[in-house]
Amino acid sequence: MSAPSTAKDPLTAPLRTGPDFFLWFCGTAAVGVIFVLGWICWEILHMALPAIKEFGAGFLANAYWQPNRGRFGVLPFVVGTVATSLIALLIALPPGLAIAIFLNEDFLPRPARQLIRFVVELLAAIPSVVYGLWGIFVVIPLVQRAGTWCAAKFPDVPLLAGPAYGNSLLTAGIVLALMILPTITAISRGSLVAVPRTLREGAYALGATRWEAIFGVILPTAAPGIVAAIILALGRAMGETMAVAMLIGNSTRMSWSLFAPSGTLASLLANQFGEAEGMQVSALMYAALVLVALTLAVNFAGEAVLRYTEKKTAGIR
Amino acid sequence: MDNPLSHSRDFFGDDSPESTKMLGRSFFDRTLTALCILLSFAALVPLSSILYLVVKNGLPLLDWSVFKELPPAAGMTGGGFGNAVVGTLAMVGLGLAMSAPPAVLAAVYICEYDAKGRLSDAVRFTAKLLTGVPSIICGVFAFAAVVLFTGKFSAFAGAVALAVLMLPTILLTSEQALLGVQKTYREASYGLGATRFQTILRVVLPDAAPAIMTGIMLAVARAAGETAPLVFTALFSQFWMSSLMEPTASLSVLIYNFSSMPFEHQVKMAWTASLVLVLLVTASNVTAQLVFGRRHA
Repeated sequence: MSAPSTAKDPLTAPLRTGPDFFLWFCGTAAVGVIFVLGWICWEILHMALPAIKEFGAGFLANAYWQPNRGRFGVLPFVVGTVATSLIALLIALPPGLAIAIFLNEDFLPRPARQLIRFVVELLAAIPSVVYGLWGIFVVIPLVQRAGTWCAAKFPDVPLLAGPAYGNSLLTAGIVLALMILPTITAISRGSLVAVPRTLREGAYALGATRWEAIFGVILPTAAPGIVAAIILALGRAMGETMAVAMLIGNSTRMSWSLFAPSGTLASLLANQFGEAEGMQVSALMYAALVLVALTLAVNFAGEAVLRYTEKKTAGIR
Repeated sequence: MDNPLSHSRDFFGDDSPESTKMLGRSFFDRTLTALCILLSFAALVPLSSILYLVVKNGLPLLDWSVFKELPPAAGMTGGGFGNAVVGTLAMVGLGLAMSAPPAVLAAVYICEYDAKGRLSDAVRFTAKLLTGVPSIICGVFAFAAVVLFTGKFSAFAGAVALAVLMLPTILLTSEQALLGVQKTYREASYGLGATRFQTILRVVLPDAAPAIMTGIMLAVARAAGETAPLVFTALFSQFWMSSLMEPTASLSVLIYNFSSMPFEHQVKMAWTASLVLVLLVTASNVTAQLVFGRRHA
């Protein structure tokens, strides 16, 4: 460096050393994200503590929820949560998977596929309350009619027992199915796209028809991803609140009938938090804790399967 | 099938058991294709029903006065939901201001500073879990942390709930945006003697900005439509918002409240609010797509 060094010259300016404050900012933000999840869990656990001490594990097994008598049990809502989610999954899985396959094959020209893709994306964008409002005016009357018919036709089947009010387990399940359809389609489509072309070409070369290739080669290869899609959709259905709260009838009693009003953990929270007091707040927090545990476990499993899939298919490609 | 002769017989159209089997396979194939197409187009039915009803029931009451007036009391007619629109925008905006900066900074950390580190892995996994946390749990959290702490329902509590909801979405989309920046840009910047901070601020972030904006708009769209985090944090109000520390109306809670009322006018108002909400959400979604599209143009 023969030239006289001036601070303006970038070549001869002293190297910028010292701590990178930006790194600290970013690092703090990153730790903050983990902290937020921890804070959520801690806050709920902390508030639920009185109820946990009072009711213990029996809270999960008791089938009554009577705030005026101070007796709380969350079993009907756990059953309702699982039942509505499973109904939704049962309804949404065939079309969800069919759409994923449809988008991945060339049955119809590109504009038709883009239309369906657009439809599914729009379904994902519609707010939950709008689904609820639509359900009140469209699905509830339909379910009520179907329920009345079923109850008259099969009076001895407890699953279909009347009287059918319309706002019921089945109504919530049907609307939930629409809401989780985009999740199922998006994730299963991702895993179908990841199946290497060569596998399909190999199947065709061996004389397989299109669907023999799909069932014999493509779906089995994409299976773990589809399983992940199912699990993550289940997690979404379990946590979905407003549409369910508007459609399920919000009963606190347990019933075997598909056509009876019921309740889920999320709808219980939405209904009762606003005017809860004392022990009820704590009991609701305990219910929230159960919901968090359920959804975190389901999502954890889904993510784990998804990661496993990515590792597996990385080897094939 | 093992006998080569059977293939040639197939080829020449001989009416053998083999060829009926072929016919069966072909029939099976076409049936499944038809079924698949049918199921795919079945998704159109509920969507068009929703859109049709929202437009049909929402349009009659939609005019400018709806945005200027307060909600009608039970059983009354007229009025609007101007305060709910303001409340929704205010809470989403405040929630965004709270969640976007840390989310983008955290994305910079896990993508630029420590891409393969343990902390980054943990952050990524936490963010994925957070996206899976039901939105009502965000509300429960804000209820416990803000409402019980300050002693009142408020717009601030609602904004905190929405911020928790938006955080993981913005983080994960920002990470994808940063991953999309070409490695050669970074290398060129380092090659010119820039520090890491300069590279991130002057090269990486500007290039990723449109995609990050897309993520932010998607998060806004989702938050604007959410009801569950607001229903017992911001509650509802019949009046114009005057401070952040009081119960505040929002479009989605208005729809929820009015949908179950026994008055026809209120139910119509709920449909009109749904129309406005769907338009708002679609607008932010479309903006997101347009901004994203510009990057690849």
